[in-house]
Amino acid sequence: MSPAPDTLVEVSDLSKTFDISPPWLDRVLERIPRQLLHAVTDVTFSIRRGETFALVGESGSGKSTIAKIVVGLIPANAGHIEIDGVTMGRDTRAVRTLRRRMQMIFQDPYASLNPRMRVDAIVAEPIRAFGIAHGRAVRERVGDLLRAVGLDARDGQKFPHEFSGGQRQRICIARALASDPAFLVCDEPTSALDVSVQAQILNLMRDLQAEFGLTYLFISHDLAVVRHMASRIGVLYLGRLAEVAPGASLFRNPRHPYTRMLLDAVPDLDMSGRPRTPVTGEIPNPIDPPSGCAFHPRCPLANERCRREVPLLLPAGEAIVACHAVAEGRAAA
Amino acid sequence: MTGESAREPVLSVRNLRVEFPTRNGVLTAIDDVSFDVAPGEVLGVVGESGAGKSITGTSIIGLLDPPGRIAGGEIRLEGRRIDNLPMTEMRKIRGRRIGMVFQDPLTSLNPLYTVGRQLTETIRTHLGLGRRAAMDRAVALLDEVGIPAARRRIDAYPHQFSGGMRQRVVIALALAADPVLVIADEPTTALDVSVQAQVINVLKRMCREHGASVMLITHDMGVIAETADRVAVMYAGRIAEIGPVRQVVQHPLHPYTVGLMGSIPKLDHNEPRLRQIPGSMPRLDSIPPGCAFNPRCPQAFARCMLERPEPIPKGAARVACWLHANEEVVA
Ligand SMILES: Nc1ncnc2c1ncn2[C@@H]1O[C@H](COP(=O)(O)OP(=O)(O)OP(=O)(O)O)[C@@H](O)[C@H]1O
Ligand SMILES: Nc1ncnc2c1ncn2[C@@H]1O[C@H](COP(=O)(O)OP(=O)(O)OP(=O)(O)O)[C@@H](O)[C@H]1O
Ligand code: SF4
Ligand code: SF4
Ligand SMILES: [Mg+2]
Ligand SMILES: [Mg+2]
Repeated sequence: MSPAPDTLVEVSDLSKTFDISPPWLDRVLERIPRQLLHAVTDVTFSIRRGETFALVGESGSGKSTIAKIVVGLIPANAGHIEIDGVTMGRDTRAVRTLRRRMQMIFQDPYASLNPRMRVDAIVAEPIRAFGIAHGRAVRERVGDLLRAVGLDARDGQKFPHEFSGGQRQRICIARALASDPAFLVCDEPTSALDVSVQAQILNLMRDLQAEFGLTYLFISHDLAVVRHMASRIGVLYLGRLAEVAPGASLFRNPRHPYTRMLLDAVPDLDMSGRPRTPVTGEIPNPIDPPSGCAFHPRCPLANERCRREVPLLLPAGEAIVACHAVAEGRAAA
Repeated sequence: MTGESAREPVLSVRNLRVEFPTRNGVLTAIDDVSFDVAPGEVLGVVGESGAGKSITGTSIIGLLDPPGRIAGGEIRLEGRRIDNLPMTEMRKIRGRRIGMVFQDPLTSLNPLYTVGRQLTETIRTHLGLGRRAAMDRAVALLDEVGIPAARRRIDAYPHQFSGGMRQRVVIALALAADPVLVIADEPTTALDVSVQAQVINVLKRMCREHGASVMLITHDMGVIAETADRVAVMYAGRIAEIGPVRQVVQHPLHPYTVGLMGSIPKLDHNEPRLRQIPGSMPRLDSIPPGCAFNPRCPQAFARCMLERPEPIPKGAARVACWLHANEEVVA
């Protein structure tokens, strides 16, 4: 183990609920109780400088909600986020300075680019907003950034619709890099792209990480993509972390029954005919999640305790795992 | 030998050409595509977005959106030509002889009718069963696709089912009239990872048990590797390579297939870099002359810029690439 890892991002006990009640008057008239959706519950993780930490999970597991809270797009209900020693949330000068060092890349590269702006104006926006360069230097920096993401400086003259999906994602990355960030939050950055283009973008992201020493929070539902990108991985199920483990360990020795199920669901491209346990059940309704461990209706190892008691995240080998069976030693590998 | 079954194919597509007339000229979306689907076979169709997978499927079932039109070639179902049938005739074939499963289950299901009504209507129209018998068959089908408590849920509306359950209902509907062919276009793309595998298994099992062949359209090579017997790889409106799935996945011949396979991140071996195909697929209005893949191909040579390669037999596969043309001459 390396001595005292240099932590850049520290997320502790993060929770977020959405009020999805019908309007107040309807509720009173029809006597419907208030409805709360627990999108994220007690999520804790940290990210070291220069590493890629990934969050995986199925639709609705809370990945995007966590990403938006971390970059400050939406507030949390509870929890604590510290980035580079600065506590997020309050609008202090330190937080404002930090904002610039932190950028986000979204899934849909088209929706996040203003269709009426030329590409060079799009990329120049953060440079001007943060006063990073002035006058001619802005033009030069935009050109450098476009080249860094594999586009041509002359592409700056064009509009977003003149580019393919993969090229548009390159523009988004150039814009994200414009303010010289240390930390990038990437929410499904390649989910809308074809595999051959996905490979280009993933390779580019790794090259840029090495070149600029970037730290990534990388979100995806694709285990193979996450395996390729991340050094450590957190598996989310219905807003809670089920397991956090180093990438290699998670795939070699998945501990949580849900992690095992997810791995078993990935089609076998090598056609090795490896035996697979069929996946059962579906993701429950987040408004009315199962009691105890939310995974219990789908879990082959569930027992009475699982139905009653929420499992805590506890160390298990190189990983931390929230599962009674693992803690009790019932989950033989 | 082309690797295609000696028995009469269920579906036979020959030299299919599909065009879209536009203000700036005619766009050719499908260009000279030929393939067969044998009885009981699962043919996978893969390729990147815009390669022409869906258009191939919609041409077969006669649902091309105007102004798109079949501009050449022929399509035969069990030996009978179906590409030039009048609409009323084609309507009888859809649902009866060809079942369909699309990406979004809600496009195949009517939100206003119960699941039971949609199933029994299809069964009664196509199989001429009575109300009672149709209902029994509907329940049996729902049971077969793994809807728990099928008899109780038959009166539920589509929105009362989860995404995965809805897609099971669509599969039941597609097989309700015992078709000979099921065309499934990205049937699991909108579903969650853990549910995808279940639905693919249901589709595969149902078609096998009901003796239907399958044309499975997807961009997910993993799904194809697990499900298909043969696979057609499409690129820019043409078939680049078609052959037994094991051969195409493990020993691809066409440089595009090689690139495609290398660009997929794998679970169990982690290389620092993925193989990367430069550029992206050309748009229909700018398909280069010669081999359409030539601007991206690491092995392109002079002939590739000038002449268009036709799919030529190579072992059990057919490959449209000049690299594989010479040996044929020698052989
Ligand atoms: N603004 C909102 N109002 C109400 N509910 C919300 C809101 N945003 C998210 N949710 C709910 O919170 C839960 C978590 O959503 P989130 O978008 O974080 O999931 P995700 O893991 O990113 O899923 P996906 O893979 O579909 O993007 C879901 O049940 C979602 O419906
Ligand atoms: N109505 C239309 N007018 C003009 N071109 C069209 C029309 N419909 C489809 N096309 C073009 O035909 C080509 C093939 O489209 P198709 O939908 O078959 O692609 P696909 O392989 O199914 O892609 P995807 O994976 O995105 O579904 C595309 O280039 C598309 O832009
Ligand atoms: S706590 Fe119980 S139900 Fe939850 S994953 Fe572990 S064994 Fe399964
Ligand atoms: S024909 Fe030429 S350009 Fe096309 S795939 Fe083969 S080698 Fe490459
Ligand atoms: Mg999301
Ligand atoms: Mg399609």
